[in-house]
Amino acid sequence: MDLLNAVVALLNFVVVPAVSYGSQLALGALGVTLIYGILRFSNFAHGDTMAFGAMSTILVTWWLQGMGVSLGPLPTALLALPAGIAATALLVLATDRLVYRFYREQKAAPVILVIVSMGVMFVMNGLVRFIIGVDDQRFADGARFLITARDFKEMTGLQEGLAIKATALLTVIVAVIVVAALFWFLNKTRTGKSMRAFSDNEDLALLSGINPERVVAITWIIVAALATIAGTLYGLDKSFKPFTYFQLLLPIFAAAIVGGLGNPVGAIAGGFVIAFSEVTITYAWKKVAGYVLPSWEPDGLIQLMSTDYKFAVSFAILIIVLLFRPTGLFRGKSV
Amino acid sequence: MSLTPRDMLLFVAVFALIAVTGVMQSWNVALGILNMGLISAIMALGVNMQWGYAGLFNVGVMGFVALGGLGAVIVSMPPVGEAWAAGGLRIVAGLAIGAATIAAAILAWKRLPKGKSRALAMVAILIVGFFVYRAVLDPGVAAVEAINPATTGNLGGLGLPILLAWPIGGALAAGAAWLVGKTALGLRSDYLAIATLGIAEIIIAVMKNEDWLARGVKNVIGVPRPVPYEIDLQNDPGFVDRMTGWGFDPVTASSITVKLAYSGLFLAVLLLLLWLAQSALASPWGRMMRAIRDNETAAEAMGKDVTARHLQIFILGSAVCGLAGAMMTTLDGQLTPGTYQPLRFTFLIWVMVIVGGSGNNFGAVLGGILIWYLWIMVEPFGLLLIQTITAGMADGSALKEHLLDSAAHMRLLTMGIILLAVLRFSPRGLIPER
Repeated sequence: MDLLNAVVALLNFVVVPAVSYGSQLALGALGVTLIYGILRFSNFAHGDTMAFGAMSTILVTWWLQGMGVSLGPLPTALLALPAGIAATALLVLATDRLVYRFYREQKAAPVILVIVSMGVMFVMNGLVRFIIGVDDQRFADGARFLITARDFKEMTGLQEGLAIKATALLTVIVAVIVVAALFWFLNKTRTGKSMRAFSDNEDLALLSGINPERVVAITWIIVAALATIAGTLYGLDKSFKPFTYFQLLLPIFAAAIVGGLGNPVGAIAGGFVIAFSEVTITYAWKKVAGYVLPSWEPDGLIQLMSTDYKFAVSFAILIIVLLFRPTGLFRGKSV
Repeated sequence: MSLTPRDMLLFVAVFALIAVTGVMQSWNVALGILNMGLISAIMALGVNMQWGYAGLFNVGVMGFVALGGLGAVIVSMPPVGEAWAAGGLRIVAGLAIGAATIAAAILAWKRLPKGKSRALAMVAILIVGFFVYRAVLDPGVAAVEAINPATTGNLGGLGLPILLAWPIGGALAAGAAWLVGKTALGLRSDYLAIATLGIAEIIIAVMKNEDWLARGVKNVIGVPRPVPYEIDLQNDPGFVDRMTGWGFDPVTASSITVKLAYSGLFLAVLLLLLWLAQSALASPWGRMMRAIRDNETAAEAMGKDVTARHLQIFILGSAVCGLAGAMMTTLDGQLTPGTYQPLRFTFLIWVMVIVGGSGNNFGAVLGGILIWYLWIMVEPFGLLLIQTITAGMADGSALKEHLLDSAAHMRLLTMGIILLAVLRFSPRGLIPER
């Protein structure tokens, strides 16, 4: 019985949060890795693209809520997602046309593009703050919990409760659907194949008649969709605050690099590696240890690191991978 | 390598902008902008060394600046005797154990023969070391933080003069830079960027959470000053007589005197650094640095140790940023870890370097002062602009209120647009490298 309690506590406080956080990171890292693969630079503006996407979705959600539209138990934001994606796609396409294309034509060094993306980051960050402000915004509606801790306790008679937020499950389902669709697109469709060809060998792809501008435009649209979905899911699961999206940049990049920059499978794996390490290392293990080893009574919380150091965890993993396996867990590219 | 008339004109124009603020608003505001502008110029010099001389992409400026500020507190604040008695030695011992663990792990990795056993040994050393470190450190931290938490709760500093803190702040940043450089240099440029971004976040997290060190988010206030306090000047009959004799209000005059004293100090540091940086750039060492930046492979073929030179310049540039951070904490008179934001302390410095002209020290200085001036002035200008735009709208309309409220966020937008415009139309900056 105690062991079962330990497992439930573990599921409740470690596995469920880490899975939903990992899905959000994986979606973010996929966007970073696609840009890296096709456009060949690290996009520092990705966190703010996510913030912009989430913001557009929120605005449409509010409008829908104001009209009295609702999806019942599902959050209205799902209905608003396509509009949010469209707005974000327009923004990144405009950015590409106005900003990035010039440097692409010049064949500028990747580091120049990184600096350019810093400028884009400023502008997007400013836009988001200008439009929606810096405060917390709530836009989640529909069912709060799939199962609450109390129901679970009554159902099973265990001491520990297992609460699953509806948004956590939603995050995972949406992430699975999106990733499946993305891989189908990349592996099965003609456009997807041309994208992969372009990423593997640009010159060869150009020789075989692939239109680079089309590949780039489609990449931006996919990235906008990924960023908007990741941002909205993160906002639904936690809360929307523009500044937190900027801070997500570090774990997202860590996930993409750990998995191998430019490799979509790696981005997903990296997302979960980072999320699970962050949660397990900052979790206070006292409760679980109490069930597993009842005779042992530690005086501390058995927390390896305080939650404020979660960035340190993603960073440490990043450094370890960079030192021992610079191309990442799955072979990424190293330009 | 000297200034052309055009560059001089640019400098005169920037100082004229500040002077206009002095005449139109108040000299207090203008000198405030100038002081922070001088500090920003020093930060920009540091980044310019890394990026302009060597092409290193450091986006962890914030961390090094914050470390400099920490240095100022550690050097100049009076020590807290009780806290040292309660747990000071424990903390020192704990930190020593932590450092020894990492050193032992690195040694094991280097000395042991390759294979699974080597990895296992290193992991074992790290895990055991971590728990010993926590076991020694935690009680000490609890004891120190329990002592008078409302006013101190930390170990305090060394009680040395604050001016001494400036080079020490720089040294602290240099130490951190050595650690980062040892691990991340030699990797690709984007990886260095992510690594520095991460280390900056970690430094801020440590400063926010380790209350025993510098009180964390409870902030350290009342950092000693190298210049007199306004109130002492106002109580000094000689000063009041002289200022009233010259026809100034003693209260305004006292704050302007203090600010001028700071300006003098900062200007002296800036000129010294500028002279050093210019001499270094003109020396064979400077030519070697640029050769490495422009073609690493060729430089390596000529027998230059690229990684070592990169490490060197990375440490130097970070030390300059740390020095500026210590100066900034001195100017503010307080250390507030909660206010360190990457947009303000890392990316804004980058805007300064790019706009000023990367690779040119005078450009970095010009960019530092100019961008700081804009950063401050965009807010009132933005408000003015929005007020003009919304003047025709009905009072109390939601859109008008929203626009007025949002005017404060114009500065990020403006900085981004300035950066993008300069990169596009004048990628070499206002004072290009020669």
